[in-house]
Amino acid sequence: MLNLFCPICQRDCDETELSCGGQAHLIRRDHASSDKDFYEYLYERKNDKGIIFERWRHVYGCGKWFHTARCTLTNQVFGSYSAKEVQPPKSILATIRRSRVDFKGWVK
Amino acid sequence: MSSRLPQEGSRINREKTVDFRFNGKNLKGFYGDTVASALLANNEMFVARSFKYHRPRGIFSAGEEEPNALMGIGEGPFFEPNIRATEVKLKQNMNVASQNHWPSLKFDFLSINNLFSRFFAAGFYYKTFMWPRAAWKYLFEPMIRRASGLGNAPREYDEEHYEHIYHHTDVLIIGGGLAGITAAKALRDRGLSIMLCEKDCVIGGRYLEDSKIEEKDRYKKFHEKSIGILKKSKDISVKLNTTVTGIFDHGFVLAYEENQHSNTATKKALWKIRAKTIILCTGAIERPIVFPDNDLPGIMLAASVRDYLQKYGVLLGDRLVLTTNNDYAYKTVIELKRRGIDIPVVLDARASSDNPIIKEAKGLGVRILFGKCIGKVEGKRKASAIGICSVNGEGTIEELIPCNAIAVSGGWTPNVNLWSHCGGKLLWDGECGFYKPDPENTPMGREGETNMLALGACAGVFSNYDIQDQVPRKINQLASRLKIKSKRYIETNVFSKEPEKKTKPIFVLPHGASKDKQKRMYIDFQNDVKVSDLQLAVQEGFENVEHAKRYTTLGMATDQGKTSNINGIHVLSQSLGKPVDKIGHTTFRPPYKPIPLGLIAGQYAKKLFKPVRKTPIDKWNLLNNAIWEPVADWRRAYAYPKGNEGLEETLSREVLSVRKNVGLLDSSTLGKILVKGPDAGRFLDLIYTNMMSTLKVGKCRYGLMCNEAGFVFDDGVVARLNDQSFLCHTTSGGADRVYAWLEEWLQTEWHHLKVFIVNLTEQYSQIAVAGPKSRELLQTFKSIDLSAEKLPFMNFIETNIDDIWVRIYRISFSGELSYELAVNSNQAEELWNKLIKVGKKYKVQPYGTEALHILRAEKGFIVVGDETDGTVTPHDLGMEWIVSKKKKDFIGKKAFSLPHLNSSIRKQLVGILTLDTNKVLPDGCHAVEDGKAIGHVTSTYFSPTLKRSIALGLIENGRSRKGSTLEFEISSKESIFAKIVDPNFYDPEGAKQDG
Repeated sequence: MLNLFCPICQRDCDETELSCGGQAHLIRRDHASSDKDFYEYLYERKNDKGIIFERWRHVYGCGKWFHTARCTLTNQVFGSYSAKEVQPPKSILATIRRSRVDFKGWVK
Repeated sequence: MSSRLPQEGSRINREKTVDFRFNGKNLKGFYGDTVASALLANNEMFVARSFKYHRPRGIFSAGEEEPNALMGIGEGPFFEPNIRATEVKLKQNMNVASQNHWPSLKFDFLSINNLFSRFFAAGFYYKTFMWPRAAWKYLFEPMIRRASGLGNAPREYDEEHYEHIYHHTDVLIIGGGLAGITAAKALRDRGLSIMLCEKDCVIGGRYLEDSKIEEKDRYKKFHEKSIGILKKSKDISVKLNTTVTGIFDHGFVLAYEENQHSNTATKKALWKIRAKTIILCTGAIERPIVFPDNDLPGIMLAASVRDYLQKYGVLLGDRLVLTTNNDYAYKTVIELKRRGIDIPVVLDARASSDNPIIKEAKGLGVRILFGKCIGKVEGKRKASAIGICSVNGEGTIEELIPCNAIAVSGGWTPNVNLWSHCGGKLLWDGECGFYKPDPENTPMGREGETNMLALGACAGVFSNYDIQDQVPRKINQLASRLKIKSKRYIETNVFSKEPEKKTKPIFVLPHGASKDKQKRMYIDFQNDVKVSDLQLAVQEGFENVEHAKRYTTLGMATDQGKTSNINGIHVLSQSLGKPVDKIGHTTFRPPYKPIPLGLIAGQYAKKLFKPVRKTPIDKWNLLNNAIWEPVADWRRAYAYPKGNEGLEETLSREVLSVRKNVGLLDSSTLGKILVKGPDAGRFLDLIYTNMMSTLKVGKCRYGLMCNEAGFVFDDGVVARLNDQSFLCHTTSGGADRVYAWLEEWLQTEWHHLKVFIVNLTEQYSQIAVAGPKSRELLQTFKSIDLSAEKLPFMNFIETNIDDIWVRIYRISFSGELSYELAVNSNQAEELWNKLIKVGKKYKVQPYGTEALHILRAEKGFIVVGDETDGTVTPHDLGMEWIVSKKKKDFIGKKAFSLPHLNSSIRKQLVGILTLDTNKVLPDGCHAVEDGKAIGHVTSTYFSPTLKRSIALGLIENGRSRKGSTLEFEISSKESIFAKIVDPNFYDPEGAKQDG
């Protein structure tokens, strides 16, 4: 059972308090977008073996959404950050680089 | 024959006898006995039938690795099947029953399987019962089900008390043997919280039992001092009788605590532990050597023979033979010989050994034969003699030796299961013949740090001297790695440094065993897997260890192959001609040992399994004969039958009371979400398909929410309470979902908007007053004016009924003149009672959810979840009027422009009238055209108002089919024909809603 840090509560919380919201940093496509962009926004999701950026909601806690960076292979967590961020903060990317020398950075 | 010695037994209290029953027989044991030791003390050596061939089996071990002695223990609501007799403490009047036989243990009809065992080889079921298909259902499956399986499922509800306990600790030490105790001592006084879990009822592992006579006092003193230190240290908590059953991500650990005091209630708790660092001191499990007829009662692991002797004063037999490949097993014969027990011979598979223990055994007069092993065992239900043969060759018997007990030891396997549960890798140690934890590939914690350390026998370190030497050093290293500033821990070694006790990795004997012998050589006792089965699996191409495991079921029984795993892997390696480390091993998975299902449920059973949400009017509903309907987590009144009414009569009465007089509905479950803030209107414009920001204060508007794919998600009435506040009503089942949906969009997409959202579903209750006489009824309360001018349709007012605050909405889900009264929940019951009392004059009837559904279906109003299923758009429902063309953006807008959502062959909502007016279509039945399903029924009722059957449905291109007749197939033999019409069956002009 995962244990993640809620940046709003400033507390570690068990997975049972959380609800996973899938891939983070999706860009919403509105009616003005092309059909292809809209299709990708609706249905295309990454399924990486390795580092992923994902959304969680502290549903049985503060109720707030936040983002984490996690390795799907080892479940190592590189930190939590605000759901308002449109891309992973530099500090998180630096943490990842420290333990994954081959990390290529965040890809949209 | 097994028996109790007149003295000895460190675990038992001979002053206190305990009565128990085994298969109906009254027997006696002592306080402190396990069921297994008590059975052996009563000469019950044959205690079980095997799983597949129903062969006689005896107690094989003294711990959780026990493959044979599974019992049904307890009675009635406390009965538990498949319990290892070796682990359960004996209790007064305990009822113990053996399993897997019919009609009795001694005369088992199903042991006929044993005679035909050559037909029951690996894959037998796959190969045999292929056809005919019908035979599976009526012959094969019932037959196999009767013959197989272990114990019987309990027949009564489990009344045992289970608890879940949460715990956080810096360090968790698993295992209280020498390594665990030393680790705890070395970690104390460093500012850490330390928890030590020991599966046994005492700590100490094996070192006291293993000590020589001259060492005994010294070790005892050391032991008592250690226990004193652990007790005194405030930072160490020791949990006895607690088995760690699983290790999961980020240091999450499950442990099963089972306090079994004789004659007192058993306390069973599931510990949910979060540990920063885990120290594995789980020791090792003795494994057998595989030889012909090795599964007969009377054969036992060598250290277990000694355990029963030293801990319980129980002797397996008075003429015991040992077969071994290691020096350590000689301790058993030495202990027995000292007590004057006859040891006719020790068969050592090795060519020689120079360990002093051999000399000691010889000095006691034990006959030792090197290079020899057991070639056969005589005896039907109990071993009565062994045949000696050479380890090399096919197993020709050289000498027959009568005996009544056989101790077997093939060396020790580090207990690495828990290391593997959460990603730790294993290394094959070819010299010793076992897998051990790979210190380079450890399980990891949340930060990617190594969070587990294996110490002692589970890491392949067996000598007490080495353990006491290494553990403090490793703990000091750990402390400096964790940056814990504290003194280094140093301990003087009390153990004598001895010549290493060696094991030669020999697994199956004799080496050249004939085919016939291989069929009598059992690897996995619990699933009856023999050497020949594994060879057959390889022959048939199941070469991967995971395939061979599943094909033969090796290691898949409840003991998870604790005694059979390594032997099985060895046989595979031999059959494939590949070294063991190239074969790999199967994955160890939680639980380490079986745990009761009730333990997983914990206190969340019965009433707490899924608590029922009740409305404030629930008590009245209960007292007034309501039939219940679950709606999400709520229970709602489905209908209120009176006297001897049939259900149809009840529904008819309730519906007609709304159409003709007035009805009352408890609609408190309706979702109510307050959206408040300067940007509330802007936010709701993005959420709903229609415009909400233009709604005037005091007015209501029906709204529809879609998801981004354009499909209907929820619906309900929105009321504008004031300039910055909207109260959004949702479906009863959808309140939590909609609330989460709004929060998600607000927090993750439109977080610049100044809006707060509160779920007020339980703060307000709601009562619908519907029917032509509803206005009259409410006007009885003098304080309110509900005239059409004062309160037009889709408006609301806030007022008081007597002294109860109410918000009255003039909205209608039935097509009649209708009001919905929102009230603070604590006054809902009071208001309801007032309305019932006042309503008597108007013959008011309470109506339930079914009448509500009939009333709305008569009007063709949709219900999200009935008419929609996540693939239905507003256009499909004929509700394009609710999709704004003016708004720049809202959820779903893009999707509505996509061609496939505008295609003419989409299913559209229609009304359906059966030609035979009395025939009600089954819910969900399909409309068929040219042999193709073209749609289905979504709601279907007998309408008491129209006195005929009505239905709503989604039919391909349905709107253009109005007037035509379609076939609805209700079975392969029967169809109902019906006409497609407009979905509004009653008062299509809407004249009734103004009363």
